[in-house]
Amino acid sequence: MLRKTIALAALGLAFIAAPAMAASSQAEPKDVHWSFEGPFGKFDQAQLQRGYKVYREVCSACHSMNLMSFRNLGQKGGPFYDEKYKNPNDNPYVKSIAKDYQVNDIDSETGDVVQRPATSADRFPNPFPNEPAARASNGGALPPDLSTMAKAREGGPRYIYSLLTGYEEAPAGLTLPAGKHYNPYFPGDLSGSWAGPATKVPEGGAIGMPPPLAADKVTFDDGTKATLEQEAKDVAAFLTWASEPKMEERKSFGLAAMIYLLIFTGLLYASYKRIWRNVSH
Amino acid sequence: MSGHSNYEPKTGFERWLDVRLPIVRLAYDSMVDFPTPKNLNYWWTFGGILAVCLAIQIVTGVVLAMHYVPHVDYAFASVERIMRDVNYGWLVRYMHANGASMFFIAVYIHIFRGLYYGSYKAPREVLWILGCVIYLLMMATAFMGYVLPWGQMSFHGAVVITNLFGALPVVGPSITTWLWGGFAVDDPTLNRFFSLHYLLPFMIAGVVILHIWALHVPGNNNPAGVNVKSKADTVPFHPYYTVKDGFAIAVFLIMFASFVFFNPNALGDAVNYVQANPLVTPAHIVPEWYFLPFYAILRAVPDKLMGVLLMFGAIAMLFILPWLDTSKVRSMRYRPTAKLYFLIFVVACLVLGFCGGKLPDAHVIPGLSTFTLIDADLNSMVWLSRVSALYYFAYFLVILPVLGLTETPLPQPESISEPVLSHSANAPAGAAASPEKRG
Repeated sequence: MLRKTIALAALGLAFIAAPAMAASSQAEPKDVHWSFEGPFGKFDQAQLQRGYKVYREVCSACHSMNLMSFRNLGQKGGPFYDEKYKNPNDNPYVKSIAKDYQVNDIDSETGDVVQRPATSADRFPNPFPNEPAARASNGGALPPDLSTMAKAREGGPRYIYSLLTGYEEAPAGLTLPAGKHYNPYFPGDLSGSWAGPATKVPEGGAIGMPPPLAADKVTFDDGTKATLEQEAKDVAAFLTWASEPKMEERKSFGLAAMIYLLIFTGLLYASYKRIWRNVSH
Repeated sequence: MSGHSNYEPKTGFERWLDVRLPIVRLAYDSMVDFPTPKNLNYWWTFGGILAVCLAIQIVTGVVLAMHYVPHVDYAFASVERIMRDVNYGWLVRYMHANGASMFFIAVYIHIFRGLYYGSYKAPREVLWILGCVIYLLMMATAFMGYVLPWGQMSFHGAVVITNLFGALPVVGPSITTWLWGGFAVDDPTLNRFFSLHYLLPFMIAGVVILHIWALHVPGNNNPAGVNVKSKADTVPFHPYYTVKDGFAIAVFLIMFASFVFFNPNALGDAVNYVQANPLVTPAHIVPEWYFLPFYAILRAVPDKLMGVLLMFGAIAMLFILPWLDTSKVRSMRYRPTAKLYFLIFVVACLVLGFCGGKLPDAHVIPGLSTFTLIDADLNSMVWLSRVSALYYFAYFLVILPVLGLTETPLPQPESISEPVLSHSANAPAGAAASPEKRG
């Protein structure tokens, strides 16, 4: 009986402790604000253009955006949308961005693999041919695809901004493996690398990505000063747009739907009161 | 659907049709002329709201299925393609995803309303059980639907839930293999979940028809819980309740729309926007909010099989409830003690939901370590779950059976039309309604 109880308790411990071991901590994201917040918020097109530049010149060296095509950049609400070109495939700016990339294709005459300049319809090229290649170039870590990044992390753009600006010197007592960097905003469990008291394990995790941004890492075409904070904020805005390219359409549709529903509800309430006026209940 | 019909065909075509297929008569008797208690409050509008939820889910779901690709390599991208490239695909998909949550909000209010007003008592037991069947089908449908986008939580949620069947002795592993269509959650699993996710809503619709049929035989219960005595107690369903339900549905849709348009991902888990990767387990696997109370019960039990049995037992309680509650008084308006226990029951369900979303050994009161009882600190979510789960089962198995025999209910009104007469404090103290004299 006792043995059975002990076995049962041990099983229970294992069952309950298993998820607990995966417990991770991270710092609360920084309090930053965006033009696209709230029910009326819209993207700032100049910010999206700056953010795209940061992505193209810095992030895209390691991170793919598999769900994005060049044409998306010129669609309504996108960084390079132009009233004159309703069809984003015709947008000359988008075409010229695409042209700078070479993509693989099949020669329809010979069947050989050939390279050709990308068109508006092509996807953003992947920086690595496959996952092992990506890992091999990044110390074993896989740079995640950024297409949905702003909605795939708790806190969205605030998390991205905090992570990019939040790199710190590892606190004394924390020994990280080579190629890992301390970031309090990155979720992780540092208790294994911590020499100090068990109750004071630092928040955050060890991230494989070295600090990607620094002041003047890019030169903004609109003259905006390229501080670390500015770059991080702009690229977070760009990634939010890339995750939710229909956000503006959704909010404006929602406003009309809300007005309609409120009027409809008011009419129904008035009808209800009128129809029930002679019923005691 | 039963009883006397006041339908009089007005046109030649209606007369011709009425002797061949009296479908207009059926609609008239059940949705226009149906006598409905005149004292129904807003808690009674959730039936109509649920019908709207089901219709929205089926219509948006059919459109989504036109664009969705049920394959482990393409499912995630096809959902994102719907959001990005399909005309108004974002609208259809966000309506469908949030619609599931709205459906569950409405069904939980509907169930709690039935519990409070004794809508499960004779002669409505079959009506109640059909409702429980709908709820079970809804849970199965919602679970399989959540797997389809093939995000991280879709995949690992499916692994956790299908593995539960593996806890069954002897047959467990075979059942799990059979459910998976292989030896792990993979492409065959995704395909069959898609197929069943498309099938089950139509089964729900079928049971809903039975549910409404079973409603129209005894008629609606009502907040007073007494039977309809005369025509003065009722009003025709149309226009009185079409307009009242219509108003409530519109208010509900405003709440629905505020999520769809302005906060579409608030009820979902961010991790599900990362494509499923069997090799990377998310730090914290949690089901959608509407399953959290059951998840808490599952984790409250140290033994996996017992946990699974208790989790399903929690739903089984609802099925046998009509025979557990011994009180003949339907409405808890006239059962002050039961009302108190009911409120604690609602709190216990909410606490279970809260615990289900937390890590089991997280502290309830932060920073306070007490002592370890059996396997976990007393100040932990797992112990809070246990206390709440104990109350959950005690409510059905002890409180309701015993209370009906021991409590003294307040006097019930003679009829719906004159509730004030016997309801007031003037009633003599000994005039407790005898439980035998129903209604």
